This record gives sequence, C-alpha cells and structure tokens, in this order.
Amino acid sequence: MKIVGKGIGKIDGMAIATGKPVYTDDLVMPNALVIKLLRSPHAFAKIITIDTTKAEQVPGVACVLTYKDVPNVRFTVAGQSYPEPSPYDRLILEQIVRYVGDEVAVIAAVDERTALKAMKLIKVAYEVYEPVLDFETAKGHTSVVHTETDLHCNFDIGMKQQLNVVSSQYLEMGNVEEELKKCAVVVEDINYMQAQAHCMMETYRAFSYLDHAGRLVVVSSTQIPFHVRRKLARSLEIPSSKVRVIKPRIGGGFGGKQTVVMEFFTALVTLKTGKPAKLIYDREETFSCSNSRHAMRLTVRVGADSDGYIRAIDIQGLSDTGAYGEHASTVFMVVGQKTLPLYNKTNAVRFMGDVVYTNKMPGGAFRGYGATQGTFGLEAAINKLADKLNMDPTELRLKNLIKAGESSLISQGKLLGSSSLHRCIEKGKELIGWAEKYPKPVVNGNKVRAVGMAVTMQGSGIANIDTASAEVRLSDDGNYTLLIGSTDMGTGSDTILAQMAAEILETDMGKIIVNASDTDVSPYDPGSYASSTTYVTGMAVVKAAEELKQKIIEKGAAFLEVLATEVEFDGKVIRTLTGEKELSLEKLAERMVLGLGKLQLVGNGTYGSPVSPPPYVAGFAEVEVDTDTGKVSLIDYVAVVDCGTVINPNLARIQVEGGIVQGIGLALYEEVRFGKKGNLHTNSFMQYKIPCRKDIGRIHVAFEECFEPTGPFGAKSVGEVVANTPAPAIVHAVYNAVGVRINRLPITPEKVFLGLQDKK
Amino acid sequence: MEIKVILNHKPVTLVGEKDEFLADILRNHGRLSIRKGCNTACCGLCTVWLDGKPTLSCNILGIRAAGKEITTIEGIAQEAEEFAQVLVAEGAEQCGFCSPGFIMTVVAMKKELENPNEADIIHYLTGNLCRCTGYMGQLRAVKTYLGVK
Repeated sequence: MKIVGKGIGKIDGMAIATGKPVYTDDLVMPNALVIKLLRSPHAFAKIITIDTTKAEQVPGVACVLTYKDVPNVRFTVAGQSYPEPSPYDRLILEQIVRYVGDEVAVIAAVDERTALKAMKLIKVAYEVYEPVLDFETAKGHTSVVHTETDLHCNFDIGMKQQLNVVSSQYLEMGNVEEELKKCAVVVEDINYMQAQAHCMMETYRAFSYLDHAGRLVVVSSTQIPFHVRRKLARSLEIPSSKVRVIKPRIGGGFGGKQTVVMEFFTALVTLKTGKPAKLIYDREETFSCSNSRHAMRLTVRVGADSDGYIRAIDIQGLSDTGAYGEHASTVFMVVGQKTLPLYNKTNAVRFMGDVVYTNKMPGGAFRGYGATQGTFGLEAAINKLADKLNMDPTELRLKNLIKAGESSLISQGKLLGSSSLHRCIEKGKELIGWAEKYPKPVVNGNKVRAVGMAVTMQGSGIANIDTASAEVRLSDDGNYTLLIGSTDMGTGSDTILAQMAAEILETDMGKIIVNASDTDVSPYDPGSYASSTTYVTGMAVVKAAEELKQKIIEKGAAFLEVLATEVEFDGKVIRTLTGEKELSLEKLAERMVLGLGKLQLVGNGTYGSPVSPPPYVAGFAEVEVDTDTGKVSLIDYVAVVDCGTVINPNLARIQVEGGIVQGIGLALYEEVRFGKKGNLHTNSFMQYKIPCRKDIGRIHVAFEECFEPTGPFGAKSVGEVVANTPAPAIVHAVYNAVGVRINRLPITPEKVFLGLQDKK
Repeated sequence: MEIKVILNHKPVTLVGEKDEFLADILRNHGRLSIRKGCNTACCGLCTVWLDGKPTLSCNILGIRAAGKEITTIEGIAQEAEEFAQVLVAEGAEQCGFCSPGFIMTVVAMKKELENPNEADIIHYLTGNLCRCTGYMGQLRAVKTYLGVK
C-alpha cells in the first residue's frame, strides 16, 4: 500500500495550527445577535411566575423567550440514529427546572453587555422542590424527577418514571448464581466511577441565520449534523427541508458534542427575530450545563475454578443519568456489552441494574461510552481474582481471554474476526518490564514503586444500526471530491478517509478534495461517534472509490473502443493491455462532463456493518506512591493497541496518547462534584483538574497490528478504546505498591493516605 | 476607549470598553487566532506576546496594553509556520484549537531558554493545556524543532 499506513500530516493541519479562522466563532457574521441564557439557581423547582417586561424594554434587546414561547413537543437531545433509544423527556424550555443550570429564559440582544443587563431584570418566582441528589437513594425517592405525562420512549428501555428509573436492564446467559456456587474461588468488588467532564478546548457554540430561501442555517461545533437537523425540525415544529446544519472545524468533542446541547436556542432566536444569532458557552456553562460521563456504581463478582479458568461473571450496576435521560440506557448497556465477551471460558454471565434520574447535570456520551465504567469494574475484580488465585494477572488473562475465531456467551454465535490482544499483553509486559517488576514493589524510603495492568475492548460502529454513505466525484479537471458526512473533530478522520480513497484510486492526496459536513451537501452519516468513522464511514469510502474506479475503467475503455477487461488504470492513464491506446484521466474527466460523455462520474458507497469488531488495548502502569502523603505519581504508562491495520500511524498514536491521558485524568485527578443543594463545585479549571504536562509521566504506545476481515484495509476503530485501561491499571499498581485498594475514583492522596492509616 | 499599541510591528489604535480584556479586543479587531478556553487563566489558549513576553490576553485588561508591543501568531507567521510544520508532521495539533497559544509559547521559549532539556521544556509549557494529544506528541515536536535529544 502506498498511502494507507503512512503517517502523513492532516490535510487541515497547517490552517488549524496557525490560527486561521476556520472554527464556528470565526465564521459568525458581525451583525449577529448575542444570546445569553438565564439558568435555574435551584436543583428542582417549578416556575410560578416569570416577568420579562423590564428586560424586553432594555434598548438593544431583540427578544426574551421563556417556556411560554416554545413548542410543547418532547424530544431527546441525544445524538443517536432515529428512532432514538433515549427517552423524549425534554422541551426546549420548560416550566419545571431539573438541575442547577437548567435553562429558564433566552435573551438575545445586540451585544453581550446588553443581553447580560437584560438578564438581571427578569423576575422569576420558583416553587422549590426537594431535589434528588444521591443516585444511590434515587430509586423510589419521595421526589419524582419526571412527572410529565407526555414523556415518550421509542423502545421499552425499562422506564419506571414514578421510581426515577430511566432504564432497567437484565441480561443473563446460563445461571450465574448456580455457577458461582461451583467455583473454587469467588471475588466480589464494589467500585465507583465518578462523572467526568469532557473539557474539549473549544466550548459549545453555534450560530444561525436565515438564508436566501428563508431556510434556517445552523453552523455548529457538533459531532452530529444530521441528528441536529432532525432534532431541530422536531423540537421547533418546522419541516426538516427548512433546516441546514453545517459543521466547520471543531475544537474537540470526546462525545460531548454527540448531544445537541444548545443549537435549539440560536435556532429559536433566529426563527423568532429573522436575524442571525450566536451563542457561545463559556467554560463555566460548559462545565455546569452540558453533559458528562455517567457516574456509576458497579458490583462485580467473578468466579474461577481451581485451574484459574473464569467460569462466571456477574456485573450489577447503578448509573446516574442526572436530570434527563440522554444516552442513559445505551451507555449502561455498553457496560456489559463491551466487557462480558472478553473472558469467554465462562459458563454463565450476567449484567443487570438500573439507570436513575437525579437533579444534576445530565450524563451523556463520553469517549468509552460505558466500556470505560465496565472495564474499571470488571478489571478491578479480575486483578483481585488473580491475587486470590495467587496467579500472575497477565497469565490469568492470557488463559481466559477470547481469541480470533472464538465466540462468547453473549456473541450470539458470531465468531470474533480478529484479535491480537494476547500479543498486546506479551508486548506490554516486555515494555514495562513486568518480569522484573511484578509482583514485588521497590521500596526506597517513603517512595514505593509497583506495576499494574488491565485490558479492554470497545466496538467499531454500532452493528446493524449506524450506516454511513460516501460519494466520490470525478471533477471536470481530473481531481476527485470526496463527500462525507462524518465529523473530524481533530481526530484526523477527514485525512485518513482521503488516504483510503487515494489508495483505491491510486492517486495522491493532493488530488482528493474532502468536503464535510453539511446536511445540504454531504451524504448521510450519523456522525463521528461510537468509534465508527474509520470503520463504518471508511468502508463506505472504500466502496464509493471502488465504484468510481470501475466506472473510470468502463468509460475509458469505451472511449478507447475496447472492452473494460482489455484496459488497465494506474491512477493517471487508462491504457489498453496491449499498450497501443491510452487516455489520460484528465482527458476522460473533461470528456465526461462535456458533449462527448455527458455523464459526470460518481462513485457511491453506503455501509452498515452486521458486526462491531472490537479493538483491544493492554495497558500497564508503573506508579510511585509516597507513603508519607499518599500521593501517587505515574512514572510510566504502556499501551499496546490492536486496532487492526493502522491507517495512519502518527494520527493513531496521538489518538492513543490523548485517550490514555484522559484516562489518567479519570484515574488520578478529575471529578465532577456537587454541593449539598445540587450546585456544581467543579465549574472551572481551578476546581476541576485535567492533567497538565507534569502529571502524566511517560507514555509508551505500541501497535500490534492484525487484519480485521470486515474493515477497510483490515482496520478497526481506535478513538474510544484507549480511554479505558488507565483507571483499573493505576488502581492495580497502587494496590501492588502499598496494599491499598481504591474503590472510588479519583485516586487522591487523601484516599491513599487514609487507606495506609487503616492498614496500620 | 481607544488604545494605541504596536500590533504585529505596526502602530494600531484598538477600540474597546474600559473593562474589556485584551483577548476580546483583539478578536474584535479581527485577530481571530486568539482563542479563549477557560476564563480563569488556566489553559494558555489566549497567549500573545506583550513586549515579547508570553501573556494571557484573556486575563489582562486591554488598557494595560496601551503603548506596548503586542504580537499574535499572525505577527510571527514564518516562525509559527516553521514549528507548525513539525507539529503537523507529528500529528500533534489534533483539534488545533489550543495550537496558536501553544505555538506562541514554544517560539517564546526558543528565544528565552538556552539549550533547554526535556524537563525545562515541560516546565516552560505547563501553562498550556491540551485535551486532545496527551502532550507526548507535542513534546516530540518541540524536541525536534529545538534539536533537543
């Protein structure tokens, strides 16, 4: 392969690196109204009266909108394919407010100063209710978060509204209780994973305007343009033919922008006033009023026989979705779905539990999407089991992990197409120095060093649901335009998809023009989430490019007056096999759009996969624990990755390193914390710590390539799986160092220190 | 309020309110490379040079820049591009939103530190947060750019 597998730079790299105006806020027209949102100070309340008269009288105010001004039709803001599994439990603005920061009024004015001045003049009287803040007592709480009678679910997700249960799930293969009784060794572990904030550097933002045809155009920093269009049409009761959504360059997403956080407000203002309007969330609003990773409690039991074969796994979970049910059932389902297939020597497995409503900022999609939580719960238990079996945890895994060609109890008979996870573990052991460093910690005064490890899997796209289309067009000048609807949010997906097209068309990157994403222009794509773009959109691009190539050969042969089987195309020239006649691609392109050909050549591809091939990571941590203070320093982190074929090694490596650091943040530093009244304490980078350069030790990444038969050039996904191993691996290393097993993230010095005191 | 400054080597009169921060005034003046990421002086995205020193433009009132020399990435286009090429070759710009502020700090570091080692580099750049890359690729790029082994 000439282009696939090469670490070439991103096609938009120089523009975004040097500060060119290519992001949402750079493109706003100068006369756009500025929107500010009045938010609820209460975690749970009803608006009794709201008086906007004085605010509306402020010179320069264009409109002040409340719940009285929006359609009364419920919807979900979760970016999922229709019909969405998330409950329709939202209105754009509502008389009931369900968390501190929930929107109460929309103010649009000529500038920010005027909008803020008007905001202070809005008078609101609330009837305050007792909020549900603790997710462990939410079920059956005297306060019911959602009492509305028009709440709607497209599927039976186990909603029990009166009990604050959004989704209740039960999956069992075999008889877990019976199987656990037969096991020689059983461990139980209860672990809590906290909520986590995405902290993409570009906060949420959008602007909208009416175009020359009176249509609503929304330019948004979003991962899901097509879902945004559909949801705007539904929630605003306008035909979707009247809505266009454009995604410019995005300053990071990590799943946060897989939820429609705020486009409704700009659209509403533009429709009400006819004027362009923009809304930019500041960091505090982004922390307080968007979405986060779902906090969960996971109780895991694992049983093994005396030979160390894992025979039963039971995962019982409780997930906190906050005030609204975005991604509630699906994130929770993934906890089991992306963990239970790992260890396939089992006779019985179970995943069960509830997702509950509370009066806090909603959970949402976040890189890893339930697999992060599930991996933490299960891998912590597996490490505990290794301890109890007196087995090396790497050996326990090598003995029990699924291999290519095998199946698991929940794989519905489907065989695993590819895996190099066993090789990943061997490689990782070598890179971290496992043989020398495990299990004995190295003590140097008050500093103790030890290693720990964990493995994980994710998926590649959502099987049988998410389906992407792509189009490759041969232009009049012999260049190609690749049209896609996926959303490069910094990952480099536009670049790697162009690499795939260039590889098939045997051309160079300079000849491929990438266009993405604009709902008026792009072929349908659900958007970039669920680790789908390389795998699902990639396959659509491969199919589209192959179709176009075939057409080039056929039409070229026709012009050369021979059969298609009698020519070859090398990317530049269509030539008869005998070498007698030839036609350049440029000449063919020109002829096709003019009188002679009369048919512009286009290749189309649509792909949805019946399987979601898992990528894998084996993660190894070496930490140093200060026994005087409890502080944990990460020394080295080794991540060995199976993402099938690596399409672009440089971009893939950065994806891995970035995901690992996000996982390190989750393990050691980051925590979304609320006060007693449901107010968010961690609403800035002063209170919410993401890792900086000094916090991460050294990260070593290696790839163990394998060939996924269903993927483009053998590729699987890489974007999400990389976030999952640090939390359990670092917890394991801390335990191996000082014998303190942390069950509630993050691993703060305080928790380790107190754990050390308890041991004395 | 009018503020006379030297912006990217040229005398310019900026217009802004008395309580307006330099970052906003510069963006209103069309310097769209200025990004804001935090409002709390934590992230480094808005970094410009004030009299040659890296400064957080979202954390300094515009009026305090009066009479001073302001440099944005547009003012060091050639050096910025030189380093950006190394960064992009490494794949370490990712979403790119933090890159202008990061590049301003890297180029300032190159001018300020003599033969920095890895620890010096990490220390100098600690105030520039990045949520995408995990910093390792950025470090590789900086070391390549500075010729640090």
